[in-house]
Amino acid sequence: MKTSNGFSLSRWWSMVLKEFLQLRRDRLTFGMIIGIPIAQLVLFGFAINNDPRHLATAVISADHSEFTRSFVAAMESSEYFDIVGTLPDEEAGRSALASGNVQFVVNIPAGFTGRLLRGERPALLIEADATDPAATGMALAAAGQLARTVAAKDMTGTLSFLAGGQDPFEVRVHRLYNPEGITRYNIIPGLIGVILCMTMVLMTGLAITRERERGTMENILAMPVSPFEVMTGKLIPYIAIGLIQITIILVAARFLFRVPCAGSIGMVYGAALLFVLANLTVGIAMSSLARNQLQAMQMTLFYFLPNIILSGFMFPFQGMPKWAQAVGNVLPLTYFNRLIRGIFLKDNLFQDLWPNIWPLMVFTLIVMVIALTFYRRTLD
Amino acid sequence: MSDSYAIDVRSLNKRFGDKHVVKNVSLQVRRGEIFGFLGPNGSGKTTTIRMMCGLLTPDAGSGTCLGYDILRDSVQIKRRVGYMTQRFSFWEDLTIRENLDFVARMYGLGDRRKRVNGALEDLGLAARANQLAGTLSGGWKQRLALAACLLHDPELLLLDEPTAGVDPAARRDFWEELHLLSARGIAVLVSTHYMDEAERCHKLAYVFDGNLLAQGAAPEVVASQGLSTWQVYGENLVGLSEALKNASGVDQTVLFGTRLHVSGKDGAALERTLAQTAGSAAFRIEKTETGLEDVFIYLMKQASGKTGGAP
Repeated sequence: MKTSNGFSLSRWWSMVLKEFLQLRRDRLTFGMIIGIPIAQLVLFGFAINNDPRHLATAVISADHSEFTRSFVAAMESSEYFDIVGTLPDEEAGRSALASGNVQFVVNIPAGFTGRLLRGERPALLIEADATDPAATGMALAAAGQLARTVAAKDMTGTLSFLAGGQDPFEVRVHRLYNPEGITRYNIIPGLIGVILCMTMVLMTGLAITRERERGTMENILAMPVSPFEVMTGKLIPYIAIGLIQITIILVAARFLFRVPCAGSIGMVYGAALLFVLANLTVGIAMSSLARNQLQAMQMTLFYFLPNIILSGFMFPFQGMPKWAQAVGNVLPLTYFNRLIRGIFLKDNLFQDLWPNIWPLMVFTLIVMVIALTFYRRTLD
Repeated sequence: MSDSYAIDVRSLNKRFGDKHVVKNVSLQVRRGEIFGFLGPNGSGKTTTIRMMCGLLTPDAGSGTCLGYDILRDSVQIKRRVGYMTQRFSFWEDLTIRENLDFVARMYGLGDRRKRVNGALEDLGLAARANQLAGTLSGGWKQRLALAACLLHDPELLLLDEPTAGVDPAARRDFWEELHLLSARGIAVLVSTHYMDEAERCHKLAYVFDGNLLAQGAAPEVVASQGLSTWQVYGENLVGLSEALKNASGVDQTVLFGTRLHVSGKDGAALERTLAQTAGSAAFRIEKTETGLEDVFIYLMKQASGKTGGAP
């Protein structure tokens, strides 16, 4: 007897053919082969921008003059700042920053122009939401240059004495929430969302498709149990797992990475629980659609990719084009990132958080309805 | 009246896409009766069983199961029916006891510990209660599944090919258990491919391609087709079978190892043909009882001839 039978081209070819045939039948895998590179190209190529411009800026102006107008106009024409409105006082400015409605507040103090004309080098204050140092860094650098640009342009003729030498006025930047611009302070809280998003969706997706794949779902369905009982009963352990994960990350954030938490831990858990629920419903909805565990895994990947790229976790949300922001605005991780960073770094109050809480609730509700519609109580 | 039936369904129909899987199936199963459900694979047996226990909604038709409407009262039905799936559908990564505990809790049974222990004793698995269900052999898995189905004292058992892949000794034990249950008044609907099992049933139904072709006690089903059957012994039965295929009076030939069953509606014509073709000393011919298997093969051939489909 021969112990080895040499290489046979026809046998080898039959193997290749079989593989192609199976690949063609497996639509989801096929979709991934085409879809993932396209999605990655579009997202990384067009959506990501590490030099975000057109950042929302509000102006508090106690002094209206040609110079202040000129400065604000110069800010806008730098493309880094979009002036979205004026605010009455500093308190309103702080609250706009806290809620994330604006990234910058430009504060022009009273008598600015007078002092400028007297050559007293007055200061102009820019308060920045520095939660994400990457998002604001470039804009703040640009703002520093503006004083000189404005001086060169406007201060001609009799005022030209102001243009020479030192800058005629000072742009004082005040980085709020993350004054040292430590990236870790922004990334670690964001990681809570990323980790929960990945594990919650995957685990529930697998848990339910596993029952179907092994035939045990039929057994459950033959028992007098309602779909609601099955669903919620299956979810509870994963909620517990989610809470354990949050705790691990929080402990690591505190003692390993030394990220301070400005807000309350209770609110962190509250926000995380809301986010866990949103992701669990996504997991159920996917498992209702997926035929087996492999498909559930593939769907999770599809879901995870835009979440991580478009949610503002990795790259500044404000830097993305409008269409990418629109996609980001339907992803739960986007809202959770704002919530967790708001609590961790800004010590946000409930009213600041609410604009990011209700979208999560609406998302959960809609996905829950989809999941229950597709979950088949009977097998047909 | 209908209360004396455990199952009483009329004109059940089910389509999956453009496939008409169950066509106008009506059947009645009395309490305490073992009802055999026969037919080739893909003939709609599982689908029919699923419609009866509320897992599938029929597209058309009506009926009751233990007096409850199969369309409206599926929860009530599920409480009183034990359904054993074709494939082992308990949790292989749970122990035997954990599986039974789960079922007991699902049905909200009182005295759970006592019931589960009782079931374990009956099964003879008390010593292995903490073994994972996945490590059991095929026969033991089947016994565990039956025990789990019986835990809530159902009035009706729906068993979908419970003995597929189970060795003969375990099958015999299983059927003895079924007869004990039926003696206690529990109705049993059991689908099977085995003829010996079919003969152990009080009543039978034969489905093919979604159609119910015959129903009744085994002798009634046999008599209903009016077949006469002869048994031929000898050499080269395959050649004889070929020669008889289209001969007058011969409706079918079935080879059972060393004997050939030749059946036909017209007994006299069949007898003449046999005398001519197989009359030589090489063959021994004797009249025999028409068996269930002869009838089922005949029914299937008739039906596939009508629909033009291959058997």
